[in-house]
Amino acid sequence: MKYSINLNGKVREVDVDADTPLLWVLRDVVGLTGTKYGCGIAFCGACTVHLDGQAKRSCVTPISAVGDAEVRTIEGLHETPIGKALQQAWRELDVVQCGYCQSGQLMSAAGLLAENPKPSDADIDAVMSGNICRCGTYVRIRAGISRASKLASESANSSGSGASI
Amino acid sequence: MSRDEIDIKSPSRRDFLGVSLAAASGLLIGFSVGGRVWAQEVPATPPASVPKPKPNAFVRIDASGPITLVLPYVEMGQGVYTSQVQLLAEELEVEPASVSFEAAPPNNELYANPFIGEQVTGGSTALRGSWITLRQAGAAAREMLIEAAARRWNVPASACHAMDGRVIEAASGRSIEYGQVARDAAKLPIPTSPVLKTPDKFRFVGKSTKRVDSPAKTNGSAIFGIDVRPPGLRYAVVSACPVFNGKLASVDDSKAMKIRGVQQIVKTDDAVAVVADNTWGARKGLAALKIRWDEGANATLTTADLVHEADTALRRKGLIFTKEGDVAKAEARAAKRYEADFRQPILAHAAMEPLSCTVHVKADSCEVWLGSQNLARAHKAAAKAVGLPPDKVTMHNYYLGGGFGRRLEIDYVPQAVLIAKQVEGPVKVTWTREEDMQHDYYRYLNNSRVTVGLDSAGKPISWRHRVIGPNVMERFLPGNTKDGIDLDVVECAQGPYDIPNTLIEYTRNEPPKGLGAGNWRGVGPTRNVFVVESVIEELALQSGKDPLAYRLPMMNKHPRPKAALELAANKAGWGHPLPKGSGRGIAVFSGFGSHLALVAQVDVSSSGRVRVKKVVCAVDTGFVVNPDVVRAQMEGGIIFGITAALYGKITVKGGRIVESNFDTYPMLRMREAPEIEVYIIDSKEDSGGVGEPGTTGAIAAVSNAVSAATGKRIMTLPIEVAKGEEG
Ligand code: FES
Ligand code: FES
Repeated sequence: MKYSINLNGKVREVDVDADTPLLWVLRDVVGLTGTKYGCGIAFCGACTVHLDGQAKRSCVTPISAVGDAEVRTIEGLHETPIGKALQQAWRELDVVQCGYCQSGQLMSAAGLLAENPKPSDADIDAVMSGNICRCGTYVRIRAGISRASKLASESANSSGSGASI
Repeated sequence: MSRDEIDIKSPSRRDFLGVSLAAASGLLIGFSVGGRVWAQEVPATPPASVPKPKPNAFVRIDASGPITLVLPYVEMGQGVYTSQVQLLAEELEVEPASVSFEAAPPNNELYANPFIGEQVTGGSTALRGSWITLRQAGAAAREMLIEAAARRWNVPASACHAMDGRVIEAASGRSIEYGQVARDAAKLPIPTSPVLKTPDKFRFVGKSTKRVDSPAKTNGSAIFGIDVRPPGLRYAVVSACPVFNGKLASVDDSKAMKIRGVQQIVKTDDAVAVVADNTWGARKGLAALKIRWDEGANATLTTADLVHEADTALRRKGLIFTKEGDVAKAEARAAKRYEADFRQPILAHAAMEPLSCTVHVKADSCEVWLGSQNLARAHKAAAKAVGLPPDKVTMHNYYLGGGFGRRLEIDYVPQAVLIAKQVEGPVKVTWTREEDMQHDYYRYLNNSRVTVGLDSAGKPISWRHRVIGPNVMERFLPGNTKDGIDLDVVECAQGPYDIPNTLIEYTRNEPPKGLGAGNWRGVGPTRNVFVVESVIEELALQSGKDPLAYRLPMMNKHPRPKAALELAANKAGWGHPLPKGSGRGIAVFSGFGSHLALVAQVDVSSSGRVRVKKVVCAVDTGFVVNPDVVRAQMEGGIIFGITAALYGKITVKGGRIVESNFDTYPMLRMREAPEIEVYIIDSKEDSGGVGEPGTTGAIAAVSNAVSAATGKRIMTLPIEVAKGEEG
């Protein structure tokens, strides 16, 4: 089947079976390998991407369900103010260790901040507990999201525009 | 240098030998452990007679300016790229942020870990191995660059110094970029004993410089082994016989071949792989195969059988590892005797990145892309599997999505090569998470029997510890065994306590053939510190003493862990009352060249649910190259340990691993992650390892905290608390 997907602002044509998870379309067909495979059963969050700004597990999202939704992956995260703020916070706090889970962590975090720009620690825990980090960077991820929330609101205030995703 | 010549435990035999390779465009310099010396200028196109320079060096300076550092230790999250860059950059006098870096190719002679004698990243030895050697490489390059500039200016080298990538003559104020003198520098003899900077002059070492891998790991551009995509790549998913040591009998592929994108079914002795134009097609193809396995002798094996064997071993006398004083005599005159058995389960590594290896077998060469902690060994195994001399096999190492000891093993490399041999063009063999959990080199069952003789005041006068477990080192690194004893498995079998009579015994108990036992984060100390610290805490309670007050007077001969314990206890508010159902527990030990104390605080609910609230960790790891990296390793190691303490358990049924993914082998998640405080003790001693001890300490401290909350000693891991046991 031929599908055309709106990926990080560009239209991409792919020819795959309808049941092919978006994860493998991204990694193997399109060649965007920043989105990771960790479990394949929606249990680890390594494969998290955005569909129309909402965090989704791409390992269980068949290409046929993507439709004309805007797909955003880690490679396009910097194009949003929230994404930029998260990346800056992650670097300031040196959140990453092996880094393998971090694309998914950042995409989940971006989804959270888009809906809830000033999350409490409990809000963060609730959303981010879907993402496993085997290296155990949770303490810093939590701090990173709080920091990004501040950075995003500062830049929104200074530019006068609301944060969008 | 053969492994025999290396004293595994001491880094003192670090011969320094310069290696300088002048590429047409600049300078290459490095050092080698017992290696050869190269110093030659290489023409743009090397004539056939000149051996082609391999980038077997640590510093590469391009005439046009850019500086590249070549890093022998692989980055698997532990921050070692950052620390290696700090060490090299410090002596070379360049800003860490101004250089680029790359992973070293396989070359035991150039890049061997001086602790291990092979190019291995493991055992928390990386920084300990590179502390002097990388600095020497940087310093040698700096001296050669200064000398070259001084000659050009016709001034003595002593009138010049280096700073931020330039050589400067202080008197005149003139300066020149490294790149502009790199070619001249390459022609100079390599200084045999370059002068290292004294620590008071350090600008980067000892500081929390930013991780060099953060940018790539936050924008999707970091390439892990599983991410490589050489042109023409096909994708394979593999299934090896789920029963250990079983073989492939037959495969009916009629359905699988009809699946779109499936190109080929490849069989090996014990596995079958489906090759397709993407991973999903390969997975669907694999699911559609009708496979018959020849399950062999292990087909009925269960955890109960294995546990029974390990329990039987508890009664078997072992080989004697340490003997001090006379334990039997002391036990005979003891006022009281304590004896207990401890049991620890099988554990999987479950690194976040499942195993993967990409291979292109060509007519008379072979290329391999992967993430390995053990590149030189992977190289050898690939060459053997493909049937080519090693120099025809090119290895490319990438970021590791976690190692924890799993990527010290190279099993997935020859497997991928054997598959690739049957495939036209490059093929990426990816293990599913289920395959990764089914075919690990597990931390195997570990039992312990501890017998302590006590005086009338409840103080230990003898310590007897029978350590039961597999001899991993005999297979993995024979140099790390002695008289049949795996030196890892007995590490930390006694604590940092002054007990006059000690006997440490090792009783070997191997898993059945085909069930791999390997190295798991924290190796011996992780299995032993849980035991030792549980016993000590139990003895304190039995003699009516506070566990802190009980320990301290026994630690006078162990000032470093003692100081760590005092600090951690103080910061954790030891002794402050806690509500019912809460408890604090201590772990203190010396291991991996570091000295740690942890205090964990837990809540246990009436339903038996354990929640770790807080962990305070004090660490003396000698001289610290990057404090923030140490902190991060403690945080991560502690989370890893809590996962093991609360959830870690692999079970066997029908000769297969029952757990298959994160639904059945759970990981600690953010909502369960405790607050973690790390205190680093200032020290000028040699640097110790930091990747593993956090895990080691967390398991022990958490189980002691749970015991404190419930009043019931944890003797078997993982921790299980029955309903209504919250104390
Ligand atoms: S790979 Fe999708 S949630 Fe784990
Ligand atoms: S950083 Fe390694 S799994 Fe999260």
